[in-house]
Amino acid sequence: MVQAGYRRERLDRGIKARSDEVFLISSYREILYTLGPWIVPILLLIVFPLFRKVIGIYWVNVSVIVCIMALLAISWVFLASVGLMSLGQAFFFGVGSYIAGFFGNNYNWSPLFTIPLSTFGGAALCALILLPVLRLRGVYFGLITFALPLLLMRIIEATKILGGTEGLSGFAPFPNILIEYYLVIAVLLVFILGFRWVFDTDYGLVLRGIRDNDRAILAAGMSVTWFKTQAIFLAALPGTFAGALLTHHYQFVGIPSFSMEFSLLPLASAIVGGPGTFAGATVGAFILVPLSEILRRFGTLRMVIYAILLTICAVGLPEGIFHYIERKYHQFERLVPIDVEKGGK
Amino acid sequence: MIANILVYGTVNGMVLMLSALGFSLVFGLSGIANFAHGGLYIFAGYLTWMLLNYLGFPFLLAIAISLIIVGVCGAVIYRVIILPIRGITFSEVIATYGVLVSILEFFRWMGFITYEFNLPPFLQGGIEIAGITLDYQRLFIVIVGLALLFSIWFFTHYTQLGLSLRAIAQEEFTALSLGIDSNWAATISMALGGILAAAAAITLLPLGIIHVNLGYDVLLISLVVTVLGGMESIPGLVVASLLLGFAQVFVSTFLGTHWVEVVYLSAIIVILAIKPSGLFGKFQELEERV
Amino acid sequence: MKEELILKLDHLSKHFGGVKAVDDVSFELRDGESLGIIGPNGSGKTTLVNLITGFLKPSAGQIFYRSKEVTNVRPNKRVQLGIVRTFQMVKPFYNLAAYKNIVIPLYSPRVKRLKGGKYGDRDDAAIDFLEEVGFERDSSVLYKTAGTLPHGYLKRLELARCLALQPDLLILDELYSGMSMSEVASTLPLIERIKDEGMTLIMVEHRLRELFRVVDRVIVLNFGNKIAEGNPIEVTGTEEVKKAYIGSGGE
Repeated sequence: MVQAGYRRERLDRGIKARSDEVFLISSYREILYTLGPWIVPILLLIVFPLFRKVIGIYWVNVSVIVCIMALLAISWVFLASVGLMSLGQAFFFGVGSYIAGFFGNNYNWSPLFTIPLSTFGGAALCALILLPVLRLRGVYFGLITFALPLLLMRIIEATKILGGTEGLSGFAPFPNILIEYYLVIAVLLVFILGFRWVFDTDYGLVLRGIRDNDRAILAAGMSVTWFKTQAIFLAALPGTFAGALLTHHYQFVGIPSFSMEFSLLPLASAIVGGPGTFAGATVGAFILVPLSEILRRFGTLRMVIYAILLTICAVGLPEGIFHYIERKYHQFERLVPIDVEKGGK
Repeated sequence: MIANILVYGTVNGMVLMLSALGFSLVFGLSGIANFAHGGLYIFAGYLTWMLLNYLGFPFLLAIAISLIIVGVCGAVIYRVIILPIRGITFSEVIATYGVLVSILEFFRWMGFITYEFNLPPFLQGGIEIAGITLDYQRLFIVIVGLALLFSIWFFTHYTQLGLSLRAIAQEEFTALSLGIDSNWAATISMALGGILAAAAAITLLPLGIIHVNLGYDVLLISLVVTVLGGMESIPGLVVASLLLGFAQVFVSTFLGTHWVEVVYLSAIIVILAIKPSGLFGKFQELEERV
Repeated sequence: MKEELILKLDHLSKHFGGVKAVDDVSFELRDGESLGIIGPNGSGKTTLVNLITGFLKPSAGQIFYRSKEVTNVRPNKRVQLGIVRTFQMVKPFYNLAAYKNIVIPLYSPRVKRLKGGKYGDRDDAAIDFLEEVGFERDSSVLYKTAGTLPHGYLKRLELARCLALQPDLLILDELYSGMSMSEVASTLPLIERIKDEGMTLIMVEHRLRELFRVVDRVIVLNFGNKIAEGNPIEVTGTEEVKKAYIGSGGE
């Protein structure tokens, strides 16, 4: 039998223990330790576009796309937390895009009106469409969400409704790229914090319970289908918002609004970044999307890379990058000698 | 007119059935929703093409090699990718989805998209049936489809191996206690799924050119057909395929070809609203899964 | 104690293909009564419970709860009417803390209604219910993930879950199964107390000695049929019941 001389031990850092619960407010160092990881990126994000003359407007545009993908990614995480595996975030995105496009094109409404309408109306529509699948086993949701964007693309192409292959264009634009940028950052933060808050409440507890053991939820007197419907509505909101926003950003909506890229990238962001957390999914998006831009000359190979990365993470690295960083931040590791004489424990 | 509808309805139905057979069998025998099915289909197509055109193999040899290699790929996908996360439906779906996209987008990136990428039909020419000219390839589709169906039925009902697989599919615990290894059974299922995907590719791709998007199409068809027919049922698969096949012909004859896509979507909506477990579906709704 | 008819089963049957899991079973249960359901393994006891609670749809027959027909009412709706059950195969919310397992039922519309609207702090109430089933109030066990708890604790958790829903009809499906002698001994007074407080009770059980201390009346099932009904001692003394149990390990 192999006798190990040492074992690896993980301990919380001292400052983490000191910042737990009410002791947090005991000193500025503890407060900085806890809030720092939040404040610093947010400050960077706020300050970032002010330097656009130096960085280039191109990267400000990219950051809008990053936030779009992050919104779709946290939408995915919300659904996953309820036990619904979505392979078609593009569905929510496309619905939001087209609603905004329809009202922007036919009635020339400004983003001020189309975006809220697309967001809430779109989310309700998505929940309605997905309602029949909710009564079924988990894998069905994945199948239908995979199929829906593909089917909708072909139907639009075949029946030429909503602009067909040409798409719709000529919408009222945003007055200013800065407004767009700060809007999307603000909305992203609202959703991240909002979703986290939801899962902290007892309502969120029930949602998590559905993922864990839906039979027990039924036995507790609550309708699983009804809660899942509400969950889809809530989760769809960032997705439809993202779609509506991008419609006005590019001033175009078409079949590519349902393209697989809007399903794959958010999924990859969430899995690679840190499955199960909203912040992790956002971090994933902030890594993968700029990477995608840098690798633009590789064309479709990027999709291959993401897909491979996705598979590797799903199979081998369940922790994700975010959790890895989080763990390093809160804990340290050291080798501890095993005392063989005392029973090796 | 009627003869036209009958003949092409049947052919279409068989096309759908062949496309979905590999996916449906794997799910029925091992409970794995193998999204990579579409990827294996296209991989088989390009592989056969390369064997025929780069290596100059004779037709039958190329087919045999393709079937074997893709079958092995199916087994490898199970062992390497699915086995570590077996049972976690979540990760299984994400992982196989990842494999699907990797394979398909890889071929897209490689640029295999011109008219020269096609597989030859088994036999050139056609015959006349009831006044309709039907090319041999479409006839072969029906023949191969029926042959595979019969083989699968025979296999799962009369051979030792097939019966073990069915046993595991129906009641895993009992089968395990009888000494049947469920991992090995799932590996065999995935290998069979690969072989069926390859067989479908070799038979169906000669109708057009090999295009990456067909991989997504095949998966889409598999999903629609299995949702419609019931996920763990071969009779359901056949009935659903024929129904959809005939529906397609009706729609394109009377409404116009561009409405055909709507058929898929409508079929899903209708079946989910009326009988969610599918026409022949055996499992029950949420509340009855005690 | 009112004499109201709480539950009535009228020629209830459930077939699975050719198998008759429950075959033409009828009985009545009045307010405050406690009924035992016994029978050898495979006699259809749990299927009967699933039918009463809505987790299975019957093939034939009807179920009445307080004179209202509930044969096709969904299981979650039946809970809201007051029919609460334990599961023989206990499955908690594995990934949630033990006390959070009780918070979830407290979120149920039934509880909200009984409390007359808003509910206060569910966390505290959850711990109250856990205390009722025998956990120490400030025990660290309450905060452990339910998936890590031993079987006996999970059984008590299951019971607390039911009590939190303030049932009118409590159905215990083999509560004592898998429990050690000491666990059974400590659970029994709790069941006796619940019964003394007037709960209408159905208990499916194999441990007949503990069962008979609690129930007034017993039904015996065999191969899905009700073969006897009545006073526990008398019923288990009959030849037919003894024959049904031979070889299946009844006490």
